[in-house]
Amino acid sequence: MIPFIAGRLAALVLTVLAAALVVFLVLEVLPGDPASIMLGVSARPDTLAALHQQLGLDRPAWLRFFSWIGHLAIGDFGTSYTYNVPVAELLGQRVMVSLPLAVMAITLSTAIAIPTGVFAAARRGRAGDLAVMGVAQIGVAVPNFWLGLLLILLFAVKLAWLPASGFAGWDHGLWPGIRSLLLPAIALALPQAAILARVTRSSVLETLGEDFVRTARAKGLTRGAALWRHAVPNALIPVVTIMGLQFSFLLAGTIIIENVFTLPGLGRLIFQAIAQRDLIVVQDLVVLLAASVILVNFLVDLAYAALDPRLSRGGSR
Amino acid sequence: MSGPVKRLGTLRRSASLLLGGAITLTVVAMALVSLVWTPYSPTGMDIIHKLALPSLAHPLGTDPFGRDVLSMIMVGARNSIMVSLVAVAVGAGLGVPLGALAAARGGWIDDLVMRFTDLTFAFPALLTAVMITALAGPGAVNAMAAIGLFTMPVFARLTRGGALGLWKRDFVLAARTAAKGDIAITIEHVLPNILGILIVQATIQFALAIIAEAGLSYVGLGTQPPQPSWGKMLNDAQTYIYSAPRLAIFPGLAITLSVLGLNLLGDGLRDLLDPRIRRER
Repeated sequence: MIPFIAGRLAALVLTVLAAALVVFLVLEVLPGDPASIMLGVSARPDTLAALHQQLGLDRPAWLRFFSWIGHLAIGDFGTSYTYNVPVAELLGQRVMVSLPLAVMAITLSTAIAIPTGVFAAARRGRAGDLAVMGVAQIGVAVPNFWLGLLLILLFAVKLAWLPASGFAGWDHGLWPGIRSLLLPAIALALPQAAILARVTRSSVLETLGEDFVRTARAKGLTRGAALWRHAVPNALIPVVTIMGLQFSFLLAGTIIIENVFTLPGLGRLIFQAIAQRDLIVVQDLVVLLAASVILVNFLVDLAYAALDPRLSRGGSR
Repeated sequence: MSGPVKRLGTLRRSASLLLGGAITLTVVAMALVSLVWTPYSPTGMDIIHKLALPSLAHPLGTDPFGRDVLSMIMVGARNSIMVSLVAVAVGAGLGVPLGALAAARGGWIDDLVMRFTDLTFAFPALLTAVMITALAGPGAVNAMAAIGLFTMPVFARLTRGGALGLWKRDFVLAARTAAKGDIAITIEHVLPNILGILIVQATIQFALAIIAEAGLSYVGLGTQPPQPSWGKMLNDAQTYIYSAPRLAIFPGLAITLSVLGLNLLGDGLRDLLDPRIRRER
């Protein structure tokens, strides 16, 4: 297990480094000079040069890359060009919106998808299965930002139960904050749940055909007991992998959903930072998101290896 | 698999092929018709008839500028399909050769291609698209490139996976002993055999591209006004969500139906083109 983890950890660090390099190169190649955006078109060349020097943009690209990475490694995210505050502080505030939103969405989609998928598998080919899978097929097709709009239409405009947009913050207790994240979380969760329910269904169907389930039935367990005690726990292993992969989609979805509900999260920050060519914020943020995707999939791999010892013994895949 | 269940399954599969095909054809037809005819000009404003309810004159009503919603949806279909089609073509055009190369050569080339796809999967796809279109300038062309870019690794992996198995088969060995080169074998023997899974994946990627294009247009980075797009229409509708909530319905319905049609078509095609999966289920 230890060499397996060490190997994967090394690969993880290398991937994050490569991701950082890609982000840096993309921002290097694409047009837009932060200094000229900040000063406007009428800026004099000498002021522009002075600002370049102040921001460190006059240094060669490779030097800027290594200085950026070096500082990142010791936890220094740099200073935002436009806000003139530490990027870490900026990210810290925004994470307090995006992270609870993502956690709520994942919890909700799992809570919906797994029972639904198991239900459909247990009733394979019957009306209940067809109905659930039909709804899931539609759920996969609904773009989450449109679902967000529909939820606003129903719960904010028609019923006036929940706010249509904005974030109440965490200063007034837990409930106002959760209340303003409820609709966006549902909008993110339902299409995810549709995908996850389909995966759960086919995974449970696969394990139901396995010998150990037949043995459990043969020794006298009821259908329900064999399903829940033997088939479902084994069927959930691939479901966890898909959840890990879905995490990346969830992050991307958050970017759009935060715009639908005008939430001051990481997704809104990246739009603002790109518009203002606050490149250091863009770099940090994209690497942070990529690193979190890589980390989540690493944790999924670990969980997978822990659940299925065959994987860690014979080396990695 | 028992008799009745199997028949029901077969029925559902051909149903998804038919239904998906019908929906997709309708959307494509709507887009094609919009090239020569729309009920009204999709950009023509008619302030006197603004925010009209659906009627015979305007089957889906009009928007806050008096533009005919049906006409905008039709042209929106055209723009959405065009961007998605080019994006998938770019993704497949780059990804398939890359995957075929990795499978044919193996070794460090294979490793390099695989690590490259690993890396691209680490970036949330839409995040990359937002970054590229925001920095390179919003618009349909950059949206095509950005969506195509995150479609590429999917095709690379799929092609490599499918091709690897084929390279070990006897008929490829026979072609090799006949002194055929890697490129000739790939074109004559490998690609025809994985065409089925590639077509299925292309329909699924097409559906994902439609959602991505709508998302980019919603945040103002995709198709630019005055060209109508479904995503932009939804963004505009949000401004009028209290006074004219119906505006938020039709563009979203158009996106959902298109994606649903393509997904059903993909499911149906998979069972039609890949008998191996059909037997396993």
